[in-house]
Amino acid sequence: MNELVQALPGPFGEAPVPPRRSLRAALRRERQFRVLPGFGLTLGYTLFYVSLIVLLPLSAAFERTARLGPLRFWQVVTTPRVLDSLRLSFGAALLAALINAVFGFIIAWSLTRTRFPGRRILDAMIDLPFALPTAVAGIALTALYAPNGWIGSLLADVGIKVAYTPLGVVVAMAFVSLPFVVRTLQPVLGDLDREVERAAETLGASRLQSLRWVVLPSIWPTLLTGAALGFSRAVGEYGSVIFIAGNIPKVSEIAPLMIMIKLQQYQYSQATAIAVVMLVASFALMFGINALQLWAQRRRSAR
Amino acid sequence: MIGRQQIPEDLGRYALLAVALLYLMALIALPLVIVFVEALAKDVIPYIRALLDPYALAAMRLTLLTSAIVVPLNLVFGICAAWAIAKFEFRGKNTLITLIDVPFAVSPVIAGLIYVLIFGAQGWFGPWLTAHGLHIIFAIPGIVLVTTFVTFPFVARELIPLMQTQGNDEEETALSLGASGWQTFRLVTLPNIRWGLLYGVLLCNARAMGEFGAVSVVSGHIRGLTNTMPLHVEIQYADYDYVGAFATASILAMLALVTLLAKALLERRQPELRTGAARQA
Repeated sequence: MNELVQALPGPFGEAPVPPRRSLRAALRRERQFRVLPGFGLTLGYTLFYVSLIVLLPLSAAFERTARLGPLRFWQVVTTPRVLDSLRLSFGAALLAALINAVFGFIIAWSLTRTRFPGRRILDAMIDLPFALPTAVAGIALTALYAPNGWIGSLLADVGIKVAYTPLGVVVAMAFVSLPFVVRTLQPVLGDLDREVERAAETLGASRLQSLRWVVLPSIWPTLLTGAALGFSRAVGEYGSVIFIAGNIPKVSEIAPLMIMIKLQQYQYSQATAIAVVMLVASFALMFGINALQLWAQRRRSAR
Repeated sequence: MIGRQQIPEDLGRYALLAVALLYLMALIALPLVIVFVEALAKDVIPYIRALLDPYALAAMRLTLLTSAIVVPLNLVFGICAAWAIAKFEFRGKNTLITLIDVPFAVSPVIAGLIYVLIFGAQGWFGPWLTAHGLHIIFAIPGIVLVTTFVTFPFVARELIPLMQTQGNDEEETALSLGASGWQTFRLVTLPNIRWGLLYGVLLCNARAMGEFGAVSVVSGHIRGLTNTMPLHVEIQYADYDYVGAFATASILAMLALVTLLAKALLERRQPELRTGAARQA
């Protein structure tokens, strides 16, 4: 952030950190290399807009929590009902990410390696969770997996209940996070050098062995990135989950719903405390994913 | 020898494909189908009546209005951000790119909450707003604001990599030939990025019309006034009016299908748009 503050005009112009050389000189120096116009205007507007829409509202959450005090904050987030909701959101998102890592790989593999009629349509359908509003996905999944639904009734026969249980939460989260895994894997699987796989097979490896020893080692950082992107989306998911979850306290209440409940009770500070826990986790994930992506790219270009 | 290896290999491949199809069927295709089946469960007349319900129509109007405000706002921002980031070198650029991504990492409910903390009755500007008789939370401005927040990265995210790969050469040539900055942008840059721009707008619009969690926090759920289409779906569903809920849901599902179709067409025209897709939504 300090770097940004030093180099730029705009709302952060009065930098508390003394720059090594004066701002004006730095700008003059940089301007000499710039031929295109509009730098000050577009960057200024960008910073203004980001500050107004993103930074200011987000800082309100942290300010509110700071006023709550560390002791009270700890009390709120360690209430059994709140802890259970956090555990469910993170646990179900992790399970959904793992399931999608397996099936997402199979789907991406089939789409890049097998030619079959309708492949293009199927490929476009993968993005449906991006395009379908979450509330619509929520009621549709509930209708499908309810005990009297098309799939729910089949599963009920073998004694599995999906809707209105934590399993329902996993299903909804698997829905929203699937495209992240498939879309991250597809380009990498497409670029994979098939000569190496062929060579392994010529040397006597079975299909499965070449998959295990040749393909997986070269794609697993990408698989991990895709799963992490899906996880970070699923953790905060609300719309598609609340219909199918049944929202039973301490059983199938997700953390975003807990925030919603606190808000409806006008417990703004408590709602914000839960939100801050989730925000910190999301930001940590975001940096983790950035690092993962860099690592996956480097590994690929090193080959 | 060849025959013996060929058969198990194909078998394995088709077994994998079958697993993939089954998973996609259970998770993606059937949910889409069931929306239309449930909407038409009591035949066409109740379906149409549900769509023409005054509250349903009011919800459609509000959804269209919100997206008509939000999409242009984020479009202008996206172009500005992409111009500054892709065409110039400056310190702190990576920090800025990360900041632009932040709304994608925030839960929709939290997106709504932080705006309540600013504009709500107990919020930073709450007392001032109340004193002046202005309503943001539980009113349309709040809905527009939170929708702007959640859809904020779409256009910028799409344009930045696109403009970075295109470089500055064409713009510099235009300028050296005497074009003004605005002419350069309009006649050189814009034609180069038009498909990417459309792609970003498409995704931004789909999310703006479909946003549920964030809007749910700030809307107040007043029928006919602050209900968007996704909120109308929720209310009808909670009232056990399944035909009404799925009827409005079917309109949103059709919007999603049109979005996917347009997206696929744009990707065919410009394949590099695909690579950014995983980061969206």
